[in-house]
Amino acid sequence: MSQKPEKLIDKKGIRLDGRKPDELRTVKVDVGVLSNADGSAYIELGKNKILAAVFGPRELHPKHLSLPDRMVIRCRYHMAPFSVQERKSPAPSRREVELSKVIRESLEPAIFLEYYPRIGIDIFIEVLQADGSTRCASITAASLALADAGIPMRDLVSACSAGKVDGTIVLDLMDTEDKMGEADVPVALMPNSNAITLLQMDGNLTQDEFEKTVSLAVEGCKKIYAIQKEALKTKYVSVNEVSEAEE
Amino acid sequence: MPTFFERRQLVTPGDLIAEGAYIAGENTYAEDSKIYASRIGIVEYDNKKIDVVALRAFYIPKIDDIIIGTVVEVGFNGWTVDINAPYLAMLRASDVLSRPFKPQKDELSQVLNAGDLIVAKIISYDRAHDPQITVAEPGLGKITRGQIMKIISTKIPRVIGRKGSMISMIKQETGCQIILGLNGMILITGKTPEDEELAMMAIHKIDEESHISGLTDRITQMLKDKKKEKEENKE
Amino acid sequence: MSSLITRVKQKQIAQLIAKGKRLDGRSLTDYREIKIEQGTIERAEGSARVLLGKTEILAGTKIEVGEPFSDTPNEGVLTVNAELVPLASSTFEPGPPDENSIELARIVDRGIRESKAIDLEKLCIEPGKKVFVVFVDVYVLNHDGNLIDASALAAMAALLNTKMPNYEIEDGEVKLKPDSTPLPVRKHPITTTFAKINGNLVIDPGLEEEQVMDARLSMAIDDDGNICAIQKGCSGSIPPNQILEAAKIADEKSKEMRTKLEW
Repeated sequence: MSQKPEKLIDKKGIRLDGRKPDELRTVKVDVGVLSNADGSAYIELGKNKILAAVFGPRELHPKHLSLPDRMVIRCRYHMAPFSVQERKSPAPSRREVELSKVIRESLEPAIFLEYYPRIGIDIFIEVLQADGSTRCASITAASLALADAGIPMRDLVSACSAGKVDGTIVLDLMDTEDKMGEADVPVALMPNSNAITLLQMDGNLTQDEFEKTVSLAVEGCKKIYAIQKEALKTKYVSVNEVSEAEE
Repeated sequence: MPTFFERRQLVTPGDLIAEGAYIAGENTYAEDSKIYASRIGIVEYDNKKIDVVALRAFYIPKIDDIIIGTVVEVGFNGWTVDINAPYLAMLRASDVLSRPFKPQKDELSQVLNAGDLIVAKIISYDRAHDPQITVAEPGLGKITRGQIMKIISTKIPRVIGRKGSMISMIKQETGCQIILGLNGMILITGKTPEDEELAMMAIHKIDEESHISGLTDRITQMLKDKKKEKEENKE
Repeated sequence: MSSLITRVKQKQIAQLIAKGKRLDGRSLTDYREIKIEQGTIERAEGSARVLLGKTEILAGTKIEVGEPFSDTPNEGVLTVNAELVPLASSTFEPGPPDENSIELARIVDRGIRESKAIDLEKLCIEPGKKVFVVFVDVYVLNHDGNLIDASALAAMAALLNTKMPNYEIEDGEVKLKPDSTPLPVRKHPITTTFAKINGNLVIDPGLEEEQVMDARLSMAIDDDGNICAIQKGCSGSIPPNQILEAAKIADEKSKEMRTKLEW
């Protein structure tokens, strides 16, 4: 059982893991990591380790689950039993059910659902190790997996959390900060249209603090967007561009 | 009218390619006279039209496409065929049998059974109905020999090459018969398995390096080198 | 029975909203008529029935003696559940809670929990061993839109109506006495839900408005005007400035509501 730390932010404004308030954790992203999935991505955000896979589009069984005028998206967010401090039962918890829903709702606005009626896409997210802001990291990875599967999208969806910890507005909350802090606000954004597709909050913030927190989270999402694009470009331009110059 | 990506540059979903009086082509969409990419791919400009040749996509049937499919189910009056698309295709019994179909008498599984490969043509497809295919044309029907390989359907035009130059060259150098399904399935029939494998290697290379220029020369060179290797190994 | 909305209706709703009006004549920021009754179910430790327009919610609370969570040994336990009862809508099917009923329960829970409406420490009987567990069960009896705000009101009203049994400890056993004290409720969070339709935000969406909305935004605000819980719902998106605008409107609406209910 972990003890509550004395302070979450020290006198110099440094957080428990050495970060400044507006600093993102280290992000590592890899695309196309699962050979059986139509699209996949793996993300490490701080100590979070999350795998996202996309299957489809494909026919749904039973057929009545499909819609006549658009694609159906199904999403399953699931945490591995060993992903958290105290073993989590493999059965879907109420939290996982809610997160599966909000994650799906954060990705749907980006997908051209109307293009392909009567079929569906399955998104599977497995949290292998959790350390706060898992839904944000999951959305970031799932978005890449969708692009990897060739699903036509308006934009990538980038997600990041912000919140209040020891009275300070901070970016990208880790688990301790989420549990012990004063507020947690996860946000997902389609950066081109500046449209928020996921927004939740728990905690306590004044109107002014809320505004600062949302702004900070949106900034964080834009940083994540740059990382996602870089990952896709690295994957698909694997051969030296010098050959291009030969033309 | 600014463009933000050059020809043959890689774009990802949401990338703003150009602004102004452009036409949104393949794998792009327009919003407020801005053209954005909707898939990962390579930008191509054709006058005012902007296309993105997708590096990641799935096949959607088009009428008259020649495709290669696998029979997955024998039904009451036809077969269900996997054509490597999100939608399963239907092949009617009446299409295959030259005489009127009698459900009681005709044993469909004798004609085509689950697991059989066929070359077929898309005869109908729309948003409300699954694709229908036919084998009742010359060159179509059950596949009995050769090797099958699968590449992403968007790369098929690259395998064909300008005016068929690439595919003709591969056929010539390997002595193989090659049928290219527009759904990304390819049938290679050669005199020996080695010839077939050579053709497959060439096509794999096209699949992996299609976004890099000078491809035709590189493939020709590779095939010539491999053949020389084969000759040398024989001695 | 079809729950599909016709294109004609969709257009009608959009056109009215552009003029600042809705199907039932309300303005964009008006709530429907609200009626709250408390103490409807005597068997429950607390109960309330809310009518928001034709949406009807019944919430009941039950109190039991139980164990605290290991990381909060001095605190009682609050747990919220919601049932989308099949008779409430042709779209509700019998069976275990689906994602909609789970989401509804968790949104209501968040508003109460994050605002610290109940002083959970006052529910402690024996630290680390015995505490009061408060079960709040939200029962949706008729769905005519905005289950969230109606359920949040019903849950709060039921909690305000809840009596905690007095007790004494005899030989290490908790013996409940027939007399009781009101549950210590110190805050009155109010949840305001918006529907985004054709770019505009409307408060307290009715059933048909929910069928055409692009996105949904719910905000729970406490007595001090602080935001405690937010949930964006549905598959649309909202720009950041509109979210901040909603926060300000929700602040005003929650003050109005608290005054009206005398909470």
